[in-house]
Amino acid sequence: MNEPLIKDFSTPGRKGYSLPDLDVESVDPKASLPEGTVRDEAPDLPEVSEVDVVRHFTSLSEMNYGVDSGIYPLGSCTMKYNPKINEDVARIPGLANIHPFQPVNEVQGSLSMLYDLKRYLAEISGMDEVTIQPASGAHGEYVGLMIIRKYFETRGEKRHKVIVPDSAHGTNPATATMAGYEAVEIESNERGMVDLDSLREALDDDVAALMLTNPNTLGIFEQDICEIADMVHDAGGLLYYDGANMNAILSYARPGDMNFDVMHFNLHKTFSTPHGGGGPGSGPVGVKRFLTPHLPKPFLTKKDDDYFWDYDRPDSMGRVHAFYGNYGVMLRAFTYIRGHGSSGLKEITENAVLNANYLKAKLKNDYELPFSADSLHEFVLSGSKQKAKGVTTLNIAKRLLDYDQYAPTIYFPLIVKESMMIEPTETENLRSLDRFIETLETISREIDEDPEMVKNAPHTTVVRKLDEAKAARNPDLRW
Amino acid sequence: MKYISNTPEEQEKMLSDIGVEEITDLFSAIPDNIKLDKPLELPEPISELEMMNLVNERASRNTDLTEADSYLGAGAYDHYIPSIIDHMVLRSEFYTAYTPYQAELSQGTLQAIYEYQSMIAELTGMGIANASLLDGGSAVGEAVIMALRHTRLNKVIMPKSIHPSYREIARTYGGPHDAKFDEIELSGSLTDLDQLEESLDDQTAAVIIQYPNFYGSVEDMKKLSEMIEKQKKTLFIVVANPIALGMLTPPGEFGADIVIGEGQPLGNGVNYGGPYLGYMAIKDDRRLLRQMPGRLVGKTEDVEGQEGFVMTMQTREQHIRREKATSNICTNESLNALMATIYMATMGKKGIEEVAYQSFNKTRYLKGRLEGISGLEVVNGDNHFHEIWVKTEKPAAEVFSELYDKCILAGVDLSQFGEEEGLLICVTEKKTREDLDKFVTAMEVAINE
Repeated sequence: MNEPLIKDFSTPGRKGYSLPDLDVESVDPKASLPEGTVRDEAPDLPEVSEVDVVRHFTSLSEMNYGVDSGIYPLGSCTMKYNPKINEDVARIPGLANIHPFQPVNEVQGSLSMLYDLKRYLAEISGMDEVTIQPASGAHGEYVGLMIIRKYFETRGEKRHKVIVPDSAHGTNPATATMAGYEAVEIESNERGMVDLDSLREALDDDVAALMLTNPNTLGIFEQDICEIADMVHDAGGLLYYDGANMNAILSYARPGDMNFDVMHFNLHKTFSTPHGGGGPGSGPVGVKRFLTPHLPKPFLTKKDDDYFWDYDRPDSMGRVHAFYGNYGVMLRAFTYIRGHGSSGLKEITENAVLNANYLKAKLKNDYELPFSADSLHEFVLSGSKQKAKGVTTLNIAKRLLDYDQYAPTIYFPLIVKESMMIEPTETENLRSLDRFIETLETISREIDEDPEMVKNAPHTTVVRKLDEAKAARNPDLRW
Repeated sequence: MKYISNTPEEQEKMLSDIGVEEITDLFSAIPDNIKLDKPLELPEPISELEMMNLVNERASRNTDLTEADSYLGAGAYDHYIPSIIDHMVLRSEFYTAYTPYQAELSQGTLQAIYEYQSMIAELTGMGIANASLLDGGSAVGEAVIMALRHTRLNKVIMPKSIHPSYREIARTYGGPHDAKFDEIELSGSLTDLDQLEESLDDQTAAVIIQYPNFYGSVEDMKKLSEMIEKQKKTLFIVVANPIALGMLTPPGEFGADIVIGEGQPLGNGVNYGGPYLGYMAIKDDRRLLRQMPGRLVGKTEDVEGQEGFVMTMQTREQHIRREKATSNICTNESLNALMATIYMATMGKKGIEEVAYQSFNKTRYLKGRLEGISGLEVVNGDNHFHEIWVKTEKPAAEVFSELYDKCILAGVDLSQFGEEEGLLICVTEKKTREDLDKFVTAMEVAINE
């Protein structure tokens, strides 16, 4: 049941659009543009009708699975329900149909929302100032490290290393490289936390920062965080908080109070904006006061009751986005936070942690729990018991798809073999959690009874297991 | 507003199954000294109804583009957006999905990306396109560090005819990698090609050209291509407006190695600058492909030989290669790329050409009429696509403000970038002859007063 490519619907002369007739003279651009710059033939895009397009993309949507379809337990991705009102707000013409170069006095309504969002994020995180420019989490990490780079540069210090734990998300070391640092990995201890001895060993006056997620990717809270912060600060380095797991601590703890100096938020995780099949996201960065001069340009601020963009920031780290960041995503996050208030955010975190712990309590019978420490909004299981029976975590993930449920994050974090990282979020209810538990229990039984069937999963999806090796060996990246 | 469905009774049951008494017990791992002991200072929660009133009030403080006749462009373009785009992206199987990690349940997203890659490659005349980058500006930054890595050189020729914000981003991204930028001066509304030729040497990692350039003119691509070809290592990077490619020769035909740009004009609203999408296309070259940032979707087959799509060449990416990845990019702009895909499909071969030609012709009409006003100069002459650079004897800010009183946003005041003076005026297919005539009349009054 393949859906053909859109080009396969193409027929010469078919049109899916309408435009008004040209009401001015038509001129041949070849007469005035440099030689050879006007194309002779229009680009070979499909020629299809509006109905063709609608049916095609409707078919494609039916071959997809979103949070609206069911549970999406990807660890560290916080796939919570995306409230529909967010979409309505982002589409209000008075908010959406404005141009980035309109004078600021024409867009005070929008700027007031962005400014409020910044203040909310600062309060939620315990940081002093926030930039909204980064367009994704990794973009935020980059801005954060570049702020740190600028900080040391203005102090005349040269530091070359950034420490990341081995449980860190891949963007952390990749960001360190992009920001011109050498990434140094340190090991986790047997409880799944930063090993203080390894950290002590790695720290010296060449270390610019330690990047940390708290709770970490195992869902475990780094209890030594205050000591870690002191160690890093004593060595003259700064502490970076990766906000991927903020959903675990809203109204319970704040990175600012844990003595982090810089952090990024993922509005598309914690604050409910949809992931869109891989974006758009938004990754605002919060800093402590002493780092404010190094935030990117332009910086949203206000004088009396007038909001404006401040470009006069000589010690800024620079710029990473052509305009002000992913504004449409911020409108959604504003709506979410403003609608919830402090008590609502607290309930979110409580239920996210409750749901995750319920799953963990039920699933640890059939699947190995490699770290027994208390976990918050997510936890990591290992499929090693099943692996011993010849069935891998990948097979288990694919078998879940047959039951029309999405799979957890698999083979991450790297420090757990055959790992499954599970984050249900607060918006799943008991019924959907129980169904997920039952399915994983069923799969565990199936592995005993008919391992070959599980190894050949998925069976019921629109395509069966796809040959990734072939795709990489002979890349077919376009029609 | 609340989106939690566990009832207190269900919570009780779950707590008892977990083996704790209260929810707060689950947070005992957080040390007391950093546990928040008071509510966050946020406004009180409100209902959906109150929220709509609140945001509508904020929206009423804005002036949107239905209330003003806008000639603003400079990287954010107000083209007609077919109605079906929003209807299709609102299918929640698309917008509430994650990155397609489980390919078998994500064929919709994956096939759409493959179609996007195909159409971007076709439009730019390149071999391979990726699944999107964060925006046009950051795409320039990514292209710069990609070129440095690929050539192991660090000099980048980046003329002042490139969007000032893109250049600022390039300097930011290039900074930690010792990039040395040579920002070639303008000659009229074009790059000074003599100065460029003088600067171009065997130490040059890349030459970046914007097409059409920031001031709306089309550079002599043939000549540039011949110059760059002489330097074996130097990469030719073109920042192209995808709508202009409905009329202009694709950069691939000028031997471009990397083509990047802002994909927003393809069916995405102006949205105060974001979310937009950066696009990147490269030559069909395996060595260059291994240096490419961002996700790629490839066609393959399943165990039964049925065609399907997967993310591929992932060994370039951060989740596999970590500190040795080609970029840290993870989340991209997938939904915006979907909008661009639906736009390219809907407009198709004829539509994208017609949008380009209408924008060009209407710009030409306005340009011709404006030239009749004394005290006003169109720097571009007849070399433009859909933007023209107008210099006036009166300061641009004054001219802007006088037209603004008549609800016309006359163009982007270039003085804000600190390099040039004047207005950058953009005309798309949305303008009518009547709009343009009104603009001219208002301009005449503003200049002659």
